[in-house]
Amino acid sequence: MLPTPDTSHVPYERVYEPAEDSFLLLDTLSSPSETQFLHETFSPTSSSSSSSSSSSPPSKAGIPFVVEVGTGSGVVLAFITAHAKAIFGTNQVLTAGVDMNAFACRATVTTVAKAQADALAEAAGTNSGNSSDYGKQVPHGMYLGSVMGDLTAPLKPNSVDVLVFNPPYVPTSEMPNRPDTFKEDFPFSSSSSNKTSFDDDSYLLALSYAGGADGMETTDRLIAGLHEVLSPRGCAYVLLCAQNKPELVKERIRRMEGGVWRAETVGSSGKTAGWEKLQIVRIWRGSA
Amino acid sequence: MKVLSLNFLTCAVKACKSSSSSYPLHPRDAELVQDEIEVNPDMLVNVLPRLDWAALRTTSSELGFPPLPEQPPTQEELRADDKLVRDLHHLLLETQISEGKLVCANCGHEYAVKEGIANFLLPSHLV
Repeated sequence: MLPTPDTSHVPYERVYEPAEDSFLLLDTLSSPSETQFLHETFSPTSSSSSSSSSSSPPSKAGIPFVVEVGTGSGVVLAFITAHAKAIFGTNQVLTAGVDMNAFACRATVTTVAKAQADALAEAAGTNSGNSSDYGKQVPHGMYLGSVMGDLTAPLKPNSVDVLVFNPPYVPTSEMPNRPDTFKEDFPFSSSSSNKTSFDDDSYLLALSYAGGADGMETTDRLIAGLHEVLSPRGCAYVLLCAQNKPELVKERIRRMEGGVWRAETVGSSGKTAGWEKLQIVRIWRGSA
Repeated sequence: MKVLSLNFLTCAVKACKSSSSSYPLHPRDAELVQDEIEVNPDMLVNVLPRLDWAALRTTSSELGFPPLPEQPPTQEELRADDKLVRDLHHLLLETQISEGKLVCANCGHEYAVKEGIANFLLPSHLV
C-alpha cells in the first residue's frame, strides 16, 4: 500500500478533514484496474517494456495534466503527485488544485510539498545502492500550484487529462449562504491573518459537504462542464454516495452529447451499510 | 504558482471563454520567486506538446524573461538544444509568481495572487 500523505498541519475547523470518502479515492486511484487504465492511457512507455534507462521516446500527446477540484486538505492531490510513478507508470505528470476555500489551497501546498519530500526520501533509501542516476528516479510528479475558484471555471478549455472530484455530496435543503462578514480573500489580508468568525468557519465547512437537492447540485454543475474542460483523452473520477442516486447519474452521463460518454463504477466502499455508501465513478469518452 | 500554470489558466468569466483575448492572462506587478529544481530534459520534451507556445511567449516577455523563439521547437530539436531546455526549465518550473495580479485583456478583471495562490472567485455580479 502506498503511504497516505501527512495532513497534520491542516486547520480542520475550516478545512474538510480526510475521511472515508478521501481514502476511497486513494484506494481506487491506486487499485490494479485503475493504475492499469491510467498506465495505458498516459504512460509514455505504455507499450509493455517500461525500461527506466536514459532517454525514453518522446510522448507525442504530451505529459498528462491532472487537476483535483475541491482539494480540501490536499490529501488526494498530494497522494496522486507523490505516487505518480506508481499510479501513472511515469513521474511525468503535471498536477494542480482548485478550491473555493483559501485555507484549503494553502493547506494543499504544504500537504503536497510534504508528500513529495517523503516520496523522495523513500526513493533515496531504496536506491542507495546506485545513486548515479538518482535524478532520473525522482518518483513524484510536478505540482504547479493551487488556485481559488469555482469548480473548473479558471481552467483552459480542453486542457485537463484527469479530473478528480470529491464533491459536497450530502443532501441538504439549501446550499450554503455566504455570511455578510465573509471576505473571500480574508485569510491573506495580513491584518486579520488568522482571525475567522465561527460563521465564516461554518460556511467554509458547509461548502465541503452541503450538496443541495439529492446532494447533486454542485456535482451536476461539474458534470455539465466536463465536455468543455476535459481533453479528448481526458477522464474524470467523481465520488458519489448512495443518496445521489448513482445509477441515475451514470445514465444521465451516458446520454450526454448523443452518447459519447461512458460512466462506470470503479471503486466502492460497499461494506458500510449506512446511508453514506460511497462509490467512485470514472467518466470518459469511449468508443463503446 | 509556477509560471507553467499560466498556460492552463484562463479568465473565469463565462462570457470571456469564447474570446481569444481572455487567454493568456497577463501578469501585473508580479513578484517572482525562484526554486532550484533538477533539470529533467525528458520531462520538458513531453511538456512541449502541451504548451500553447504563443501564449507562453507572451507570458515570458511580460515577466521580463529573454525572448523565446518565434516558432516552437520540435521535440527532437528541444532535446538537442541544451540551452533552450535550461531556459524553459527555469521559466516554467523554477519560477513562481508569489504576489501580483493576473489580468484578463477581454473584460479587464484582475485576479489577485497572494502567497502564491491566485483567487479566481468572481464577485456575484460577474457570475
